Amino acid sequence: MNRIELTRNLFIKSALKNRHPQLAVFIVMLAGYVFAILAGLIGTPVGSHNFSIVFVWIAWWAILILVAVPFFGRGWCAVCPIPLPGEWLQRGAVLHPLDKKPKWLNLRWPRALRNIWLQNIAFLLLALFSSVLLTTPTITAIVLAAMLFTAIGLSMVFERRAFCRYLCPVGGFIGLYSQTAPLELRIKDKQTCVTCDGKPCYNGASTSLSANSGYGCPWDVFPGGLTRNTYCGLCMECLRTCPHDNIAVNLRPFSADLAKPSARLDEAFKAFIMLGSAMIYAGVLLGPWGALKDAAFYVGTSAWIIYAAVFLGIIFIILPGLFSLALFLAHRPSLKACLGRSRGVGRGTGLRTFAMFSASLIPLGLMFWVAFSLSFVLTNAAYILVSLSDPLGLGWNLFGTADVAWRPIFTSLLAPAQTLALVGGLIWSARMAQKAADESKISAIPVMAYCFAATVVMLWLLL
Amino acid sequence: MIRFISLVVLFAAGLAVAFAPLPAPSIAPQARTLRIDARQFAYSPSELKVNLGDTVTVQLVSTDVVHGLYVDGYDVSVEADPGQTATLTFVADRSGSFRFRCNVTCGAMHPFMIGKITVEKNDLLFRSVGLATLAVIGVFPLSSLLVERKDRALAK
Ligand code: SF4
Ligand code: SF4
Ligand code: SF4
Ligand SMILES: [Cu+2]
Repeated sequence: MNRIELTRNLFIKSALKNRHPQLAVFIVMLAGYVFAILAGLIGTPVGSHNFSIVFVWIAWWAILILVAVPFFGRGWCAVCPIPLPGEWLQRGAVLHPLDKKPKWLNLRWPRALRNIWLQNIAFLLLALFSSVLLTTPTITAIVLAAMLFTAIGLSMVFERRAFCRYLCPVGGFIGLYSQTAPLELRIKDKQTCVTCDGKPCYNGASTSLSANSGYGCPWDVFPGGLTRNTYCGLCMECLRTCPHDNIAVNLRPFSADLAKPSARLDEAFKAFIMLGSAMIYAGVLLGPWGALKDAAFYVGTSAWIIYAAVFLGIIFIILPGLFSLALFLAHRPSLKACLGRSRGVGRGTGLRTFAMFSASLIPLGLMFWVAFSLSFVLTNAAYILVSLSDPLGLGWNLFGTADVAWRPIFTSLLAPAQTLALVGGLIWSARMAQKAADESKISAIPVMAYCFAATVVMLWLLL
Repeated sequence: MIRFISLVVLFAAGLAVAFAPLPAPSIAPQARTLRIDARQFAYSPSELKVNLGDTVTVQLVSTDVVHGLYVDGYDVSVEADPGQTATLTFVADRSGSFRFRCNVTCGAMHPFMIGKITVEKNDLLFRSVGLATLAVIGVFPLSSLLVERKDRALAK
């Protein structure tokens, strides 16, 4: 169904299959990551002049949310340095698998935690402290280092990439929004997988004799069963291991995964967490309300405690509550009748419907983040040049750009671009809601109204 | 066909909402002086309103460290030393809402030290809400058009 297989191109295929290009990017990323930690610790405490803040929260964030996630899904995870040291230790190898593997504990991740609730909590913890995190180099350094070492620790205890799958606060929303991306890794033919001996894509093929040596899926995914991008880290390992050349990287229509959304509550709440935090950030960080900024920044004060409570209240009570109300209305016979839809009870009720329908908020949430980030990034892009020349804020001038004056760029394009993003997201989400409603035989109007209302609030906050 | 027409009509309406010129305001421009106190990390007042064509003089008073004030869209700025008053005068000749922000690094939350000045009306907000409304309505004919096309493709 309208897919274009990119791996049919031999150049693309061998570039992805070969371990060296990826390793080269890995090394650059890891060096940058370690440098960001060091800069945060030893560089200037002034956030806007410290490499750690500028390159993580302005440059990396801009690329991640404006380019990588919308167009490449989990593409960032394919080059992310955070899990690498742990993974290399776990494997006892940097490139090809060894015949003799090091003996770590290699436990299975506990069944009760095989969901993204820990990721949701990790994201919320960072979000509640975000004003400090975004502006204080030492805190950013500590968080970056903590992620690196947690990932290493988990690799020693658990098998595969437990950190990425179950804990990484970034990975959670990348996975959620990767479902909208026009890129996917899938098998070509189901039958080949059914008859495939040993399933090396999942179990690994470590005989150094084999041309297809490689590791079993680090993300604990069986490629043969992939239907969504959410948990495939695009690490390309299965492309290397599959002896039947049955793995393809495809271009596809946007948001193809959302046609059959998951009905998982952890993922549903991820959608609300992301939608809500984009709105809250827009108000707190970009709004004109000083008292709100104080409350968010002075962690531990009573104002901050109220802020945290309101933050969580919006995400866990108000947004999902109103959404449930919309779904309740959508099931009313009168609304269905006035749309000329078939009478009778809509299929699926309660939590399942709630979880399934919340998938229609995914495009909207992504576009909320795009609109929010556009403003943040365009306003502060000038710091990237400054920080490039003077990464530690010590008065260096490596490339002669240390004295570039701060000035927002593209100010006249910003607001129209935000409008386009938000209205585009609204159309996209409304369409998703309609498809879902058609399938469940309920009215789409309440959910569309919900998306509309959220968009209007976001427009008001940003414009 | 009807769906296609309604989409075209909605699109035209969208263009009108986005770009139609508004009648010029009738209030005569005047000179205004606004005093703004700046502290880490807020302005007060932080929301200003002036009329189109007004000559605006901002008196920026900093109550702690050095702060600045840069107006997005107008690209004008001023800096004030602690305890001193600095003035900035400009003609508000573009309507809409604009952020103004500190342009002197003044501490951790400096990048988020932001206020808002509205010249006449926040046109873009109203236009955007209008566009959002048309967009939601447009999804109905759009979907049935897409469904129809898919059905036809399947039938072939
Ligand atoms: S899940 Fe997190 S740590 Fe893992 S690759 Fe993705 S961003 Fe990196
Ligand atoms: S190794 Fe290839 S053919 Fe075998 S199960 Fe995995 S993807 Fe399918
Ligand atoms: S091995 Fe394949 S399925 Fe598993 S994460 Fe890597 S690319 Fe995705
Ligand atoms: Cu400042």
